[in-house]
Amino acid sequence: MARARPRDPKLDIDAVLADRHTRVIVCCGSGGVGKTTTAAAIALRGAEQGRRVCVLTIDPARRLAQSLGLVELDNTPRPVSGLAEGSAGTLDAMMLDMKRTFDEVVLAHSSSEHAEQILANPFYQAVSSSFAGTQEYMAMEKLGQLRAQADRDGTWDLIVVDTPPSRSALDFLDAPKRLGSFLDGRFIRLISAPARVGGRGALRLVNVGIGLVSKVLTTVLGGEMLRDVQTFVNALDTMFGGFRERADLTYALLKDGGTAFVVVAAPERDALREASFFLARLGRDGMPLAGVVINRVAPAPVAGVSAARARAAAETLAEDGSEGSALVLEWHAELADLASRHRQVVRRFAAGHPGIPLAMVTALPQDVHDVEGLRAVGAGLAG
Amino acid sequence: MPPRPRLRASGWPGVRLHIVTGKGGTGKTTVAAALAMSLASTGRRVLLAEVEDRQGISQVFDVPPLPSVETPIAGAARGGEIVGLAVDAKAALMEYLQLFYKLGRAGGVLERFGAIDFATTIAPGVRDVLLIGRIYEASRRREDAKHHRNSDAPLVYDAIVLDAPPTGRIGRFLSVGSEVAGLARMGPIRGQADSLTEVLRSAATRVHVVTLLEDMPVQETVDAIAELRALKLPVGAIVVNQVRGGLVEDSDLAATVAADRVVSDCAAIGLELSLDVAEGLVAQVEAHTARRVMEAEQLATLTAVGQPVVTVPALFDGIDPDALREIADVLAEQGMVP
Repeated sequence: MARARPRDPKLDIDAVLADRHTRVIVCCGSGGVGKTTTAAAIALRGAEQGRRVCVLTIDPARRLAQSLGLVELDNTPRPVSGLAEGSAGTLDAMMLDMKRTFDEVVLAHSSSEHAEQILANPFYQAVSSSFAGTQEYMAMEKLGQLRAQADRDGTWDLIVVDTPPSRSALDFLDAPKRLGSFLDGRFIRLISAPARVGGRGALRLVNVGIGLVSKVLTTVLGGEMLRDVQTFVNALDTMFGGFRERADLTYALLKDGGTAFVVVAAPERDALREASFFLARLGRDGMPLAGVVINRVAPAPVAGVSAARARAAAETLAEDGSEGSALVLEWHAELADLASRHRQVVRRFAAGHPGIPLAMVTALPQDVHDVEGLRAVGAGLAG
Repeated sequence: MPPRPRLRASGWPGVRLHIVTGKGGTGKTTVAAALAMSLASTGRRVLLAEVEDRQGISQVFDVPPLPSVETPIAGAARGGEIVGLAVDAKAALMEYLQLFYKLGRAGGVLERFGAIDFATTIAPGVRDVLLIGRIYEASRRREDAKHHRNSDAPLVYDAIVLDAPPTGRIGRFLSVGSEVAGLARMGPIRGQADSLTEVLRSAATRVHVVTLLEDMPVQETVDAIAELRALKLPVGAIVVNQVRGGLVEDSDLAATVAADRVVSDCAAIGLELSLDVAEGLVAQVEAHTARRVMEAEQLATLTAVGQPVVTVPALFDGIDPDALREIADVLAEQGMVP
């Protein structure tokens, strides 16, 4: 599609894909703007241009998931069929299973006896399946794993990640740190202290607070919950440091020159405001930005008749009883108005973010739920 | 089988707590705000609360970010008023501890040790109990500042609208009781979780689901309603947002218009079109018709769910207080307020 203004740089997704240094593409944006579709479309386009791609999706629409062959929820990438004839690349896709990913981390980093203890703990079960930051943490964990696998055996040369719909901009950047620092933190050491041999040391350090803290927690949460937490924490003991370390590693990987962030938005005020937050945050953290994709832009209407003229003609035609033709012109006027509204909000956004590469993707008449649809989105994205 | 008739909302008599959910991007905050406005314009005092640190309410009303205390944000006709609240789990826990344990300075110690962070971010379900608990407290508060049922002072709020988490998390958010039950088997949090569950399941509560006429939001709406029903939570209306109006019923007619007919009709009123342009115009309508046919299917899927369906037209100039008022009127016309 046409660029927003002649001087605004255009996001050249093909150049990003052609650059072999690009190893990870992260698609982020607020909910409901077509993030998953964009991630899948970029991955497919990369594969058809010769990259060996793995796409990690978080919560794809059911039919899109089916078309990508994501029916088996085994938390490992599976090959996607239906690539264009003669494509040199490959495409694997997977859908994140956060509980399973967490289980795998536990299994990989503790003795089998410990692991069993952890997996059976009710507190662990709740944290691994419902803690608000777990999805973000596990998405980053999985990205780290996939990247390590790619480095180890060369399975993929590009990983495209979709990000969880966040409560606020870039939760997925913060959540790993939050969970990591919590699990490594003072409080955890404190509540687990009584159960440890070395607990005395901890007690000396915190002797003022500990009695009060345990007392309040016991009264508020109930003693049993606290005991479950203590068991959980002590069982996780062997993994302490590991969480923090891996969260830091993944964060560093994201900042790496081989990563490209794509912020996804829609031509609406709210979605674009969210996109601005994302851009600001990425800039502050020094994350490498490829550009902004604006999905669902109204297609440019047929040239040759202005909206005002079409509307006037539609009225006259309706009065004359030519309803069919009236409708055709009325719809043209609606479409022209919508397209100019979209152009206007995008122009305003572009003016507020000079120098940020933009790509606009025209709204498709149907929802995307097959490889062909993804290909069309990718083609629209590449312009 | 004949299609199920679309149900109309009946004003929700007896309902005080309106919980609004929906897939991200469907406009649930806008709908929640408009519903609050609609309720306020009948002279009610309405609490409009959000729980996800998104400051969505201040954005739609174009007011400064909301603090974690109740703040008036808009007046309405007949003495009605909207009070905004961004519920903050930490602040709620501190208030809660002060209220029940008279902690004094000890609260600061808890904070320093990360205990507050623990309880509000990590301890599963506790955060949700605190968030809903804060709403529950406001809903029972009387003008003499007491919460007793036997107080005869009037309630502070006539209605409460909660801009709740999205459909993907709503079941978990509202099933506070069972979530906490597995972990805190006793203690006040458990006790409070139980009374919250009772209120959430009562006839005074409805959960409304906002959607768009698109594949994924519709699927999520159907799934969420099934989940809410299984949790015995009373489902309210399906609010179909951003409906592009007017042309649905006429579109079949348009599909039959041939391009050369458009050329001759237009020539008759003095608008010269080439056949190419006319073909382009007809193709635009055909693409649109395909979309509308799909939307009609989505609407049928929603109607089949068996809840009242309310439609809100698409507004293109962004959401500001005027636009909200427009949507509030639409909601009132379609039976979302008594």
